[in-house]
Amino acid sequence: MPEFVTEHRLNILLALILLGGPLVAHYADEPFLVTLATRATILALAGVGLNIALGLGGLVSFGHAAFFGLGGYAVGILASHHQNYEPLMTSPFVINGTNQMLVLWLVAIIVSGLAALVIGALSLRTSGVYFIMITLAFAQMIYYFAISWPAYGGEDGLSIYVRNAFPGVNTLRPLDFFLLCYAVLIVVLIAQWKMTGARFGIALQAVRQNEGRVAALGLSPYKIRLAAFVISGMVTGLAGALYADLNRFVSPSMMSWHLSGEIMVFIILGGVARLFGPVVGACLFVLFEHAFGSVTEHWQFFLGAALLAVVLFARGGFIGLVAGRVRHD
Amino acid sequence: MTEPVLALSGLSKSFGALKVTDGVELDLRPGEIHALIGPNGAGKSSLIKLVAGELTADAGSIRFDGREISDLDQIERARLGLTRTFQVSSLIPEFSARGNVMFAAQARRRSIFGFFRQVSRDRELIDEAMAALDRVGLASRASVRVSELSHGEKRLLEIAMALAMRPRIFLMDEPMAGLGHEGSQKLIGFLDQLRSEAPILLIEHDMDAVFQLADRISVLVAGKIIARGNADEIRNDPEVRTAYLGEDAA
Repeated sequence: MPEFVTEHRLNILLALILLGGPLVAHYADEPFLVTLATRATILALAGVGLNIALGLGGLVSFGHAAFFGLGGYAVGILASHHQNYEPLMTSPFVINGTNQMLVLWLVAIIVSGLAALVIGALSLRTSGVYFIMITLAFAQMIYYFAISWPAYGGEDGLSIYVRNAFPGVNTLRPLDFFLLCYAVLIVVLIAQWKMTGARFGIALQAVRQNEGRVAALGLSPYKIRLAAFVISGMVTGLAGALYADLNRFVSPSMMSWHLSGEIMVFIILGGVARLFGPVVGACLFVLFEHAFGSVTEHWQFFLGAALLAVVLFARGGFIGLVAGRVRHD
Repeated sequence: MTEPVLALSGLSKSFGALKVTDGVELDLRPGEIHALIGPNGAGKSSLIKLVAGELTADAGSIRFDGREISDLDQIERARLGLTRTFQVSSLIPEFSARGNVMFAAQARRRSIFGFFRQVSRDRELIDEAMAALDRVGLASRASVRVSELSHGEKRLLEIAMALAMRPRIFLMDEPMAGLGHEGSQKLIGFLDQLRSEAPILLIEHDMDAVFQLADRISVLVAGKIIARGNADEIRNDPEVRTAYLGEDAA
Protein backbone atom coordinates (compact mmCIF):
# COMPACT_ATOMS: atom_id res chain seq x y z
CA MET A 1 0.00 0.00 0.00
CA PRO A 2 2.35 2.73 -1.14
CA GLU A 3 -0.23 5.51 -0.87
CA PHE A 4 -0.89 4.67 2.74
CA VAL A 5 2.80 4.89 3.47
CA THR A 6 2.83 8.32 1.89
CA GLU A 7 -0.03 9.55 4.07
CA HIS A 8 1.58 7.98 7.10
CA ARG A 9 4.85 9.79 6.43
CA LEU A 10 3.05 13.01 5.67
CA ASN A 11 1.24 12.73 9.01
CA ILE A 12 4.49 12.26 10.89
CA LEU A 13 5.97 15.23 9.07
CA LEU A 14 2.95 17.37 9.94
CA ALA A 15 3.13 16.31 13.58
CA LEU A 16 6.79 17.31 13.66
CA ILE A 17 6.10 20.70 12.05
CA LEU A 18 3.37 21.41 14.58
CA LEU A 19 5.81 20.53 17.35
CA GLY A 20 8.82 22.28 15.86
CA GLY A 21 7.13 25.60 15.02
CA PRO A 22 6.31 26.58 18.61
CA LEU A 23 9.68 25.32 19.87
CA VAL A 24 11.43 27.65 17.45
CA ALA A 25 9.04 30.45 18.38
CA HIS A 26 9.77 29.86 22.05
CA TYR A 27 13.52 30.12 21.65
CA ALA A 28 13.08 33.10 19.33
CA ASP A 29 11.22 34.69 22.25
CA GLU A 30 7.87 34.95 20.45
CA PRO A 31 5.43 33.68 23.10
CA PHE A 32 2.48 34.97 21.09
CA LEU A 33 3.27 32.53 18.29
CA VAL A 34 3.40 29.71 20.84
CA THR A 35 -0.07 30.68 22.00
CA LEU A 36 -1.21 30.82 18.40
CA ALA A 37 0.05 27.28 17.86
CA THR A 38 -1.71 26.20 21.04
CA ARG A 39 -4.93 27.63 19.71
CA ALA A 40 -4.45 25.75 16.43
CA THR A 41 -3.70 22.54 18.35
CA ILE A 42 -6.85 22.80 20.45
CA LEU A 43 -9.05 23.69 17.48
CA ALA A 44 -7.48 20.75 15.65
CA LEU A 45 -8.54 18.49 18.52
CA ALA A 46 -12.11 19.80 18.23
CA GLY A 47 -11.94 18.97 14.52
CA VAL A 48 -10.53 15.51 15.23
CA GLY A 49 -13.61 14.92 17.36
CA LEU A 50 -16.01 16.00 14.63
CA ASN A 51 -14.03 14.04 12.03
CA ILE A 52 -14.92 10.79 13.84
CA ALA A 53 -18.62 11.48 13.29
CA LEU A 54 -18.40 13.36 10.00
CA GLY A 55 -15.45 11.74 8.29
CA LEU A 56 -15.65 8.12 9.41
CA GLY A 57 -19.38 7.96 10.04
CA GLY A 58 -20.74 10.38 7.46
CA LEU A 59 -22.68 12.20 10.19
CA VAL A 60 -22.70 15.87 9.25
CA SER A 61 -23.18 17.39 12.68
CA PHE A 62 -23.69 21.12 12.62
CA GLY A 63 -23.86 21.28 16.39
CA HIS A 64 -20.45 20.27 17.62
CA ALA A 65 -19.86 23.69 19.15
CA ALA A 66 -22.31 22.52 21.84
CA PHE A 67 -19.85 19.85 22.99
CA PHE A 68 -16.94 22.26 22.68
CA GLY A 69 -18.81 24.75 24.84
CA LEU A 70 -20.01 22.19 27.37
CA GLY A 71 -16.42 21.00 27.82
CA GLY A 72 -15.38 24.61 28.28
CA TYR A 73 -18.13 25.39 30.77
CA ALA A 74 -17.40 22.22 32.74
CA VAL A 75 -13.91 23.62 33.30
CA GLY A 76 -15.07 27.21 33.80
CA ILE A 77 -17.72 26.33 36.36
CA LEU A 78 -15.60 23.95 38.42
CA ALA A 79 -12.65 26.34 38.32
CA SER A 80 -14.77 29.31 39.38
CA HIS A 81 -16.07 27.39 42.39
CA HIS A 82 -12.51 26.52 43.26
CA GLN A 83 -11.43 30.16 42.98
CA ASN A 84 -14.28 31.38 45.16
CA TYR A 85 -13.91 28.57 47.70
CA GLU A 86 -17.58 27.73 47.45
CA PRO A 87 -18.70 24.18 46.86
CA LEU A 88 -20.70 23.37 43.75
CA MET A 89 -23.33 21.78 45.95
CA THR A 90 -23.63 20.91 49.62
CA SER A 91 -26.54 18.52 49.85
CA PRO A 92 -26.95 15.58 49.82
CA PHE A 93 -23.15 15.57 49.62
CA VAL A 94 -20.50 18.18 49.08
CA ILE A 95 -18.96 18.69 45.66
CA ASN A 96 -16.12 21.16 45.57
CA GLY A 97 -14.64 22.90 42.57
CA THR A 98 -11.17 21.95 41.45
CA ASN A 99 -8.22 23.37 39.58
CA GLN A 100 -6.78 19.99 38.57
CA MET A 101 -6.85 19.61 34.80
CA LEU A 102 -7.00 15.83 34.93
CA VAL A 103 -10.23 16.00 36.93
CA LEU A 104 -11.57 18.87 34.83
CA TRP A 105 -10.86 17.01 31.60
CA LEU A 106 -12.60 13.92 32.90
CA VAL A 107 -15.66 15.95 33.88
CA ALA A 108 -15.63 17.75 30.51
CA ILE A 109 -15.49 14.41 28.68
CA ILE A 110 -18.31 12.95 30.75
CA VAL A 111 -20.54 16.01 30.40
CA SER A 112 -20.06 16.33 26.66
CA GLY A 113 -20.39 12.57 26.22
CA LEU A 114 -23.73 12.55 28.04
CA ALA A 115 -24.93 15.51 26.00
CA ALA A 116 -23.87 13.71 22.80
CA LEU A 117 -25.70 10.61 23.97
CA VAL A 118 -28.97 12.51 24.40
CA ILE A 119 -28.59 14.69 21.30
CA GLY A 120 -27.38 11.75 19.22
CA ALA A 121 -30.12 9.40 20.39
CA LEU A 122 -32.73 11.86 19.15
CA SER A 123 -30.95 13.28 16.10
CA LEU A 124 -29.84 9.94 14.67
CA ARG A 125 -33.45 9.00 14.06
CA THR A 126 -33.20 11.42 11.15
CA SER A 127 -30.65 11.65 8.36
CA GLY A 128 -29.37 13.98 5.69
CA VAL A 129 -30.41 17.61 5.91
CA TYR A 130 -32.72 16.89 8.84
CA PHE A 131 -29.80 15.56 10.84
CA ILE A 132 -27.78 18.70 10.08
CA MET A 133 -30.67 20.92 11.15
CA ILE A 134 -31.58 19.04 14.30
CA THR A 135 -28.00 18.99 15.57
CA LEU A 136 -27.86 22.72 14.89
CA ALA A 137 -31.12 23.20 16.78
CA PHE A 138 -29.83 21.36 19.85
CA ALA A 139 -26.63 23.39 19.83
CA GLN A 140 -28.61 26.63 19.61
CA MET A 141 -30.77 25.54 22.54
CA ILE A 142 -27.69 25.02 24.68
CA TYR A 143 -26.22 28.29 23.42
CA TYR A 144 -29.28 30.30 24.43
CA PHE A 145 -29.46 28.46 27.72
CA ALA A 146 -25.89 29.57 28.50
CA ILE A 147 -26.74 33.17 27.54
CA SER A 148 -29.78 33.30 29.75
CA TRP A 149 -28.31 31.56 32.80
CA PRO A 150 -26.98 34.38 34.98
CA ALA A 151 -25.34 32.18 37.65
CA TYR A 152 -22.30 31.59 35.45
CA GLY A 153 -21.92 34.91 33.72
CA GLY A 154 -24.69 34.64 31.14
CA GLU A 155 -23.77 36.50 28.02
CA ASP A 156 -20.61 37.94 29.60
CA GLY A 157 -19.06 34.58 30.16
CA LEU A 158 -16.93 33.35 32.99
CA SER A 159 -13.29 34.11 33.74
CA ILE A 160 -10.71 31.68 35.04
CA TYR A 161 -8.19 33.89 36.82
CA VAL A 162 -5.36 31.42 37.00
CA ARG A 163 -4.85 28.65 34.50
CA ASN A 164 -5.66 25.27 36.04
CA ALA A 165 -2.92 22.93 37.17
CA PHE A 166 -1.43 19.77 35.75
CA PRO A 167 0.95 17.63 37.86
CA GLY A 168 4.56 18.33 36.98
CA VAL A 169 3.80 21.02 34.41
CA ASN A 170 3.89 24.78 34.84
CA THR A 171 0.79 25.47 32.80
CA LEU A 172 1.31 29.23 33.08
CA ARG A 173 4.30 29.04 30.73
CA PRO A 174 3.03 29.15 27.15
CA LEU A 175 5.39 26.46 25.88
CA ASP A 176 4.53 24.04 28.70
CA PHE A 177 0.83 24.49 28.10
CA PHE A 178 1.36 24.04 24.37
CA LEU A 179 3.25 20.80 24.92
CA LEU A 180 0.47 19.55 27.16
CA CYS A 181 -2.18 20.28 24.52
CA TYR A 182 0.03 18.81 21.82
CA ALA A 183 0.46 15.62 23.83
CA VAL A 184 -3.30 15.33 24.26
CA LEU A 185 -3.80 15.81 20.51
CA ILE A 186 -1.23 13.17 19.62
CA VAL A 187 -2.65 10.65 22.09
CA VAL A 188 -6.15 11.18 20.68
CA LEU A 189 -4.86 10.89 17.09
CA ILE A 190 -3.12 7.61 17.88
CA ALA A 191 -6.29 6.32 19.53
CA GLN A 192 -8.33 7.35 16.50
CA TRP A 193 -5.84 5.73 14.16
CA LYS A 194 -6.10 2.47 16.11
CA MET A 195 -9.87 2.73 16.27
CA THR A 196 -10.18 3.28 12.52
CA GLY A 197 -8.54 -0.07 11.79
CA ALA A 198 -10.26 -1.92 14.65
CA ARG A 199 -13.68 -3.54 14.58
CA PHE A 200 -15.53 -0.43 15.63
CA GLY A 201 -13.89 1.74 12.97
CA ILE A 202 -14.57 -0.86 10.30
CA ALA A 203 -18.22 -1.09 11.29
CA LEU A 204 -18.55 2.70 11.34
CA GLN A 205 -17.05 3.08 7.87
CA ALA A 206 -19.27 0.28 6.59
CA VAL A 207 -22.35 2.07 7.94
CA ARG A 208 -21.32 5.25 6.14
CA GLN A 209 -20.94 3.44 2.84
CA ASN A 210 -23.85 1.02 2.91
CA GLU A 211 -26.23 1.17 5.83
CA GLY A 212 -28.64 -1.38 4.37
CA ARG A 213 -25.92 -3.96 4.04
CA VAL A 214 -24.84 -3.51 7.66
CA ALA A 215 -28.42 -4.05 8.84
CA ALA A 216 -28.74 -7.11 6.59
CA LEU A 217 -25.67 -8.52 8.34
CA GLY A 218 -27.43 -8.19 11.68
CA LEU A 219 -25.64 -5.13 13.08
CA SER A 220 -27.54 -2.03 14.12
CA PRO A 221 -26.45 1.07 12.16
CA TYR A 222 -28.15 3.25 14.78
CA LYS A 223 -26.13 1.81 17.64
CA ILE A 224 -22.86 2.12 15.74
CA ARG A 225 -23.59 5.73 14.79
CA LEU A 226 -24.68 6.65 18.29
CA ALA A 227 -21.47 5.26 19.76
CA ALA A 228 -19.46 7.21 17.20
CA PHE A 229 -21.39 10.39 17.92
CA VAL A 230 -20.73 10.04 21.65
CA ILE A 231 -17.00 9.44 21.14
CA SER A 232 -16.95 12.36 18.74
CA GLY A 233 -18.67 14.64 21.26
CA MET A 234 -16.29 13.58 24.02
CA VAL A 235 -13.21 14.47 22.00
CA THR A 236 -14.63 17.85 21.01
CA GLY A 237 -15.62 18.40 24.65
CA LEU A 238 -12.05 17.71 25.74
CA ALA A 239 -10.89 20.30 23.22
CA GLY A 240 -13.34 22.76 24.77
CA ALA A 241 -11.83 22.08 28.19
CA LEU A 242 -8.36 22.95 26.89
CA TYR A 243 -9.69 26.01 25.09
CA ALA A 244 -11.18 27.32 28.34
CA ASP A 245 -7.76 27.10 29.95
CA LEU A 246 -6.02 28.63 26.95
CA ASN A 247 -8.17 31.76 27.07
CA ARG A 248 -8.82 31.54 30.81
CA PHE A 249 -12.33 32.45 29.82
CA VAL A 250 -15.47 30.70 28.68
CA SER A 251 -18.47 32.33 27.08
CA PRO A 252 -21.54 31.31 25.11
CA SER A 253 -19.71 32.20 21.88
CA MET A 254 -17.87 28.88 22.27
CA MET A 255 -21.21 27.26 21.49
CA SER A 256 -22.34 29.49 18.66
CA TRP A 257 -23.12 28.02 15.28
CA HIS A 258 -20.18 29.94 13.81
CA LEU A 259 -17.89 27.71 15.73
CA SER A 260 -19.74 24.56 14.59
CA GLY A 261 -19.19 25.80 11.05
CA GLU A 262 -15.53 26.58 11.65
CA ILE A 263 -14.86 23.10 13.01
CA MET A 264 -16.46 21.73 9.86
CA VAL A 265 -14.28 24.03 7.74
CA PHE A 266 -11.12 22.58 9.34
CA ILE A 267 -12.12 19.13 8.19
CA ILE A 268 -13.03 20.16 4.66
CA LEU A 269 -9.83 22.18 4.23
CA GLY A 270 -7.62 19.41 5.55
CA GLY A 271 -9.42 16.38 4.17
CA VAL A 272 -12.59 14.61 5.27
CA ALA A 273 -12.00 11.30 7.10
CA ARG A 274 -8.23 11.79 6.93
CA LEU A 275 -6.49 11.36 10.27
CA PHE A 276 -4.58 14.63 10.02
CA GLY A 277 -7.23 16.44 7.98
CA PRO A 278 -8.55 18.56 10.86
CA VAL A 279 -5.02 19.21 12.11
CA VAL A 280 -3.97 20.70 8.79
CA GLY A 281 -7.31 22.48 8.46
CA ALA A 282 -7.13 24.09 11.90
CA CYS A 283 -3.53 25.18 11.35
CA LEU A 284 -4.40 26.71 7.97
CA PHE A 285 -7.40 28.42 9.55
CA VAL A 286 -5.35 29.95 12.36
CA LEU A 287 -2.59 30.98 9.94
CA PHE A 288 -5.14 32.61 7.64
CA GLU A 289 -6.71 34.40 10.55
CA HIS A 290 -3.31 35.61 11.74
CA ALA A 291 -1.88 36.53 8.34
CA PHE A 292 -4.90 38.20 6.77
CA GLY A 293 -6.61 39.22 10.00
CA SER A 294 -3.92 41.83 10.61
CA VAL A 295 -4.38 43.20 7.09
CA THR A 296 -8.14 43.29 6.82
CA GLU A 297 -11.07 42.47 9.05
CA HIS A 298 -12.60 40.70 6.05
CA TRP A 299 -10.00 37.92 6.24
CA GLN A 300 -12.76 35.36 6.10
CA PHE A 301 -13.25 36.36 2.47
CA PHE A 302 -9.89 34.74 1.73
CA LEU A 303 -10.77 31.75 3.85
CA GLY A 304 -13.97 31.40 1.83
CA ALA A 305 -12.01 31.56 -1.41
CA ALA A 306 -9.64 28.86 -0.15
CA LEU A 307 -12.54 26.71 0.92
CA LEU A 308 -14.17 27.11 -2.45
CA ALA A 309 -10.96 26.14 -4.21
CA VAL A 310 -10.66 23.01 -2.07
CA VAL A 311 -14.24 21.96 -2.67
CA LEU A 312 -13.99 22.58 -6.42
CA PHE A 313 -10.49 21.34 -7.18
CA ALA A 314 -9.25 19.21 -4.29
CA ARG A 315 -12.09 17.16 -2.89
CA GLY A 316 -9.79 15.28 -0.57
CA GLY A 317 -8.63 18.53 1.01
CA PHE A 318 -4.97 19.20 1.68
CA ILE A 319 -4.16 15.62 2.64
CA GLY A 320 -5.97 14.29 -0.42
CA LEU A 321 -4.01 16.65 -2.63
CA VAL A 322 -0.67 15.54 -1.25
CA ALA A 323 -1.21 11.90 -0.35
CA GLY A 324 -3.91 10.72 -2.77
CA ARG A 325 -7.04 8.71 -2.08
CA VAL A 326 -7.87 6.85 1.10
CA ARG A 327 -6.87 3.21 1.13
CA HIS A 328 -8.69 0.51 2.98
CA ASP A 329 -7.88 -3.11 3.26
CA MET B 1 -41.84 -35.36 6.34
CA THR B 2 -39.31 -33.04 7.91
CA GLU B 3 -40.45 -29.87 9.61
CA PRO B 4 -39.96 -26.80 7.46
CA VAL B 5 -37.33 -24.32 8.69
CA LEU B 6 -39.31 -21.41 7.31
CA ALA B 7 -43.08 -21.27 6.88
CA LEU B 8 -45.08 -18.37 5.52
CA SER B 9 -48.83 -18.38 5.79
CA GLY B 10 -51.40 -15.88 4.64
CA LEU B 11 -48.66 -13.35 4.07
CA SER B 12 -49.97 -10.11 2.57
CA LYS B 13 -48.55 -6.72 1.79
CA SER B 14 -50.02 -3.76 -0.06
CA PHE B 15 -48.60 -0.46 -1.18
CA GLY B 16 -51.74 1.63 -1.41
CA ALA B 17 -54.06 -0.16 -3.82
CA LEU B 18 -51.27 -2.37 -5.14
CA LYS B 19 -51.17 -5.84 -3.58
CA VAL B 20 -47.58 -6.97 -3.93
CA THR B 21 -48.07 -10.01 -1.74
CA ASP B 22 -51.47 -11.63 -1.56
CA GLY B 23 -52.05 -14.44 0.92
CA VAL B 24 -48.81 -16.25 0.20
CA GLU B 25 -48.30 -19.73 1.65
CA LEU B 26 -44.79 -21.04 1.27
CA ASP B 27 -42.29 -23.13 3.18
CA LEU B 28 -38.67 -24.08 3.02
CA ARG B 29 -37.49 -27.51 4.19
CA PRO B 30 -34.02 -28.51 5.30
CA GLY B 31 -31.70 -29.37 2.44
CA GLU B 32 -33.88 -28.05 -0.35
CA ILE B 33 -33.75 -25.30 -2.90
CA HIS B 34 -37.15 -23.75 -3.25
CA ALA B 35 -37.26 -21.51 -6.28
CA LEU B 36 -39.62 -18.60 -6.60
CA ILE B 37 -40.31 -17.58 -10.17
CA GLY B 38 -42.71 -15.20 -11.80
CA PRO B 39 -42.85 -12.39 -14.33
CA ASN B 40 -41.37 -8.97 -13.61
CA GLY B 41 -43.38 -7.10 -11.03
CA ALA B 42 -44.92 -10.27 -9.62
CA GLY B 43 -43.66 -9.37 -6.15
CA LYS B 44 -40.76 -11.79 -5.81
CA SER B 45 -38.28 -9.32 -4.38
CA SER B 46 -40.99 -7.91 -2.09
CA LEU B 47 -41.57 -11.39 -0.73
CA ILE B 48 -37.86 -11.80 0.05
CA LYS B 49 -37.90 -8.40 1.73
CA LEU B 50 -40.89 -9.44 3.83
CA VAL B 51 -39.08 -12.57 4.95
CA ALA B 52 -35.82 -10.71 5.64
CA GLY B 53 -37.69 -8.02 7.55
CA GLU B 54 -36.87 -5.11 5.25
CA LEU B 55 -40.61 -4.73 4.74
CA THR B 56 -43.27 -5.39 7.34
CA ALA B 57 -46.21 -7.55 6.33
CA ASP B 58 -49.75 -6.24 6.69
CA ALA B 59 -51.09 -9.67 7.59
CA GLY B 60 -50.02 -13.28 7.91
CA SER B 61 -47.34 -15.13 9.76
CA ILE B 62 -43.70 -15.97 9.25
CA ARG B 63 -42.43 -18.87 11.30
CA PHE B 64 -38.77 -19.71 11.54
CA ASP B 65 -37.80 -22.88 13.37
CA GLY B 66 -41.37 -23.03 14.64
CA ARG B 67 -41.12 -19.56 16.13
CA GLU B 68 -43.16 -16.57 14.98
CA ILE B 69 -40.77 -13.89 13.76
CA SER B 70 -43.13 -11.34 12.17
CA ASP B 71 -42.48 -8.89 14.99
CA LEU B 72 -38.70 -9.06 14.70
CA ASP B 73 -36.91 -6.41 12.69
CA GLN B 74 -34.41 -7.02 9.94
CA ILE B 75 -31.43 -6.93 12.28
CA GLU B 76 -32.91 -9.47 14.68
CA ARG B 77 -33.89 -11.79 11.84
CA ALA B 78 -30.40 -11.59 10.36
CA ARG B 79 -29.07 -12.63 13.75
CA LEU B 80 -31.32 -15.69 13.77
CA GLY B 81 -29.56 -16.82 10.60
CA LEU B 82 -31.78 -15.58 7.77
CA THR B 83 -29.10 -14.35 5.42
CA ARG B 84 -29.95 -12.51 2.29
CA THR B 85 -28.09 -11.73 -0.91
CA PHE B 86 -29.16 -8.80 -3.00
CA GLN B 87 -30.42 -8.59 -6.55
CA VAL B 88 -28.18 -5.58 -7.12
CA SER B 89 -24.89 -6.24 -5.38
CA SER B 90 -24.88 -4.48 -2.03
CA LEU B 91 -21.32 -4.30 -0.82
CA ILE B 92 -19.01 -1.94 1.04
CA PRO B 93 -17.44 -0.19 -1.96
CA GLU B 94 -14.26 1.17 -0.35
CA PHE B 95 -13.31 -2.12 1.30
CA SER B 96 -11.43 -4.88 -0.46
CA ALA B 97 -13.16 -8.15 -1.31
CA ARG B 98 -11.56 -9.70 1.76
CA GLY B 99 -12.53 -6.67 3.85
CA ASN B 100 -16.17 -7.19 2.94
CA VAL B 101 -16.18 -10.85 3.89
CA MET B 102 -14.20 -10.13 7.06
CA PHE B 103 -16.83 -7.61 7.99
CA ALA B 104 -19.53 -10.24 7.48
CA ALA B 105 -17.57 -12.60 9.72
CA GLN B 106 -17.28 -9.79 12.28
CA ALA B 107 -21.02 -9.13 12.02
CA ARG B 108 -21.75 -12.79 12.70
CA ARG B 109 -19.90 -12.37 15.99
CA ARG B 110 -22.00 -9.24 16.62
CA SER B 111 -18.79 -7.53 17.47
CA ILE B 112 -18.65 -3.77 17.13
CA PHE B 113 -16.94 -2.49 20.25
CA GLY B 114 -13.33 -3.28 19.41
CA PHE B 115 -11.18 -0.18 19.53
CA PHE B 116 -7.55 -1.28 19.53
CA ARG B 117 -6.97 -4.69 17.99
CA GLN B 118 -6.40 -4.17 14.28
CA VAL B 119 -8.74 -6.08 12.02
CA SER B 120 -5.96 -6.36 9.44
CA ARG B 121 -4.09 -8.60 11.89
CA ASP B 122 -7.13 -10.53 13.04
CA ARG B 123 -6.18 -14.09 11.97
CA GLU B 124 -9.59 -15.47 12.84
CA LEU B 125 -11.48 -13.08 10.58
CA ILE B 126 -8.88 -13.25 7.82
CA ASP B 127 -8.88 -17.05 7.70
CA GLU B 128 -12.63 -17.21 7.68
CA ALA B 129 -12.88 -14.63 4.93
CA MET B 130 -10.25 -16.34 2.81
CA ALA B 131 -12.01 -19.68 3.20
CA ALA B 132 -15.29 -18.15 2.00
CA LEU B 133 -13.60 -16.34 -0.89
CA ASP B 134 -11.83 -19.54 -1.86
CA ARG B 135 -15.13 -21.42 -2.02
CA VAL B 136 -16.57 -18.99 -4.57
CA GLY B 137 -13.28 -18.78 -6.48
CA LEU B 138 -12.35 -15.23 -5.51
CA ALA B 139 -9.31 -15.95 -3.36
CA SER B 140 -6.93 -14.50 -5.93
CA ARG B 141 -8.90 -11.23 -5.92
CA ALA B 142 -9.03 -10.90 -2.15
CA SER B 143 -7.16 -7.62 -1.86
CA VAL B 144 -8.89 -5.85 -4.75
CA ARG B 145 -11.15 -2.99 -3.81
CA VAL B 146 -14.82 -3.72 -4.45
CA SER B 147 -15.21 -0.73 -6.74
CA GLU B 148 -12.58 -2.30 -8.98
CA LEU B 149 -14.17 -5.76 -9.15
CA SER B 150 -16.10 -6.87 -12.22
CA HIS B 151 -19.85 -7.31 -12.08
CA GLY B 152 -19.54 -11.09 -11.95
CA GLU B 153 -16.99 -10.91 -9.17
CA LYS B 154 -19.30 -8.70 -7.14
CA ARG B 155 -22.06 -11.29 -7.52
CA LEU B 156 -19.73 -13.95 -6.17
CA LEU B 157 -18.61 -11.69 -3.35
CA GLU B 158 -22.27 -11.37 -2.31
CA ILE B 159 -22.35 -15.15 -1.96
CA ALA B 160 -19.04 -15.20 -0.05
CA MET B 161 -20.40 -12.66 2.44
CA ALA B 162 -23.48 -14.79 2.93
CA LEU B 163 -21.28 -17.84 3.53
CA ALA B 164 -19.33 -15.99 6.20
CA MET B 165 -22.61 -15.39 8.02
CA ARG B 166 -23.03 -19.19 8.32
CA PRO B 167 -26.76 -18.85 7.79
CA ARG B 168 -29.57 -21.17 8.77
CA ILE B 169 -31.30 -20.28 5.51
CA PHE B 170 -30.23 -18.38 2.41
CA LEU B 171 -32.56 -15.87 0.83
CA MET B 172 -31.08 -15.30 -2.61
CA ASP B 173 -32.43 -12.64 -4.89
CA GLU B 174 -31.30 -13.43 -8.44
CA PRO B 175 -27.75 -14.54 -7.67
CA MET B 176 -27.10 -15.30 -11.36
CA ALA B 177 -28.16 -11.87 -12.60
CA GLY B 178 -25.68 -10.74 -15.23
CA LEU B 179 -23.25 -13.61 -14.69
CA GLY B 180 -23.11 -14.92 -18.25
CA HIS B 181 -23.37 -18.57 -19.24
CA GLU B 182 -20.10 -19.84 -17.85
CA GLY B 183 -20.46 -17.96 -14.60
CA SER B 184 -24.01 -19.20 -14.15
CA GLN B 185 -22.98 -22.81 -14.72
CA LYS B 186 -20.28 -22.52 -12.05
CA LEU B 187 -22.66 -20.93 -9.59
CA ILE B 188 -25.31 -23.58 -10.30
CA GLY B 189 -22.77 -26.25 -9.40
CA PHE B 190 -21.92 -24.37 -6.23
CA LEU B 191 -25.51 -23.78 -5.09
CA ASP B 192 -26.27 -27.42 -5.78
CA GLN B 193 -23.83 -28.37 -3.02
CA LEU B 194 -24.68 -25.46 -0.80
CA ARG B 195 -28.25 -26.68 -0.16
CA SER B 196 -26.93 -29.40 2.15
CA GLU B 197 -25.48 -26.68 4.41
CA ALA B 198 -28.60 -24.56 4.53
CA PRO B 199 -31.76 -24.53 2.46
CA ILE B 200 -32.11 -21.80 -0.13
CA LEU B 201 -35.11 -19.71 -1.07
CA LEU B 202 -34.10 -18.71 -4.56
CA ILE B 203 -35.49 -16.03 -6.81
CA GLU B 204 -34.09 -16.52 -10.27
CA HIS B 205 -34.88 -15.43 -13.80
CA ASP B 206 -32.53 -17.92 -15.39
CA MET B 207 -34.91 -20.81 -16.07
CA ASP B 208 -32.13 -23.26 -16.85
CA ALA B 209 -30.76 -22.63 -13.39
CA VAL B 210 -34.16 -22.97 -11.76
CA PHE B 211 -35.01 -26.23 -13.53
CA GLN B 212 -31.59 -27.69 -12.77
CA LEU B 213 -31.50 -26.69 -9.13
CA ALA B 214 -34.93 -26.43 -7.60
CA ASP B 215 -36.44 -29.23 -5.58
CA ARG B 216 -39.67 -27.30 -5.65
CA ILE B 217 -40.78 -24.30 -7.64
CA SER B 218 -43.46 -21.78 -6.67
CA VAL B 219 -44.85 -19.50 -9.33
CA LEU B 220 -45.78 -16.01 -8.19
CA VAL B 221 -48.04 -13.86 -10.36
CA ALA B 222 -49.41 -10.54 -9.16
CA GLY B 223 -48.55 -11.37 -5.56
CA LYS B 224 -50.28 -14.77 -5.59
CA ILE B 225 -48.80 -18.24 -5.77
CA ILE B 226 -50.54 -19.80 -8.78
CA ALA B 227 -48.68 -23.07 -8.98
CA ARG B 228 -46.20 -25.20 -7.08
CA GLY B 229 -44.38 -28.38 -7.93
CA ASN B 230 -41.15 -29.87 -9.20
CA ALA B 231 -39.52 -28.82 -12.44
CA ASP B 232 -41.54 -31.17 -14.65
CA GLU B 233 -44.85 -30.26 -13.09
CA ILE B 234 -44.20 -26.55 -13.49
CA ARG B 235 -42.95 -26.92 -17.04
CA ASN B 236 -46.16 -28.70 -18.01
CA ASP B 237 -48.62 -26.64 -15.97
CA PRO B 238 -50.95 -24.96 -18.49
CA GLU B 239 -51.69 -22.02 -16.19
CA VAL B 240 -48.00 -21.32 -15.71
CA ARG B 241 -47.37 -21.58 -19.42
CA THR B 242 -49.93 -18.93 -20.23
CA ALA B 243 -49.17 -16.65 -17.27
CA TYR B 244 -45.48 -16.77 -17.32
CA LEU B 245 -43.53 -19.13 -19.50
CA GLY B 246 -45.80 -18.12 -22.40
CA GLU B 247 -43.40 -16.91 -25.03
CA ASP B 248 -40.42 -18.90 -23.76
CA ALA B 249 -42.10 -22.27 -23.81
CA ALA B 250 -43.95 -21.89 -27.08
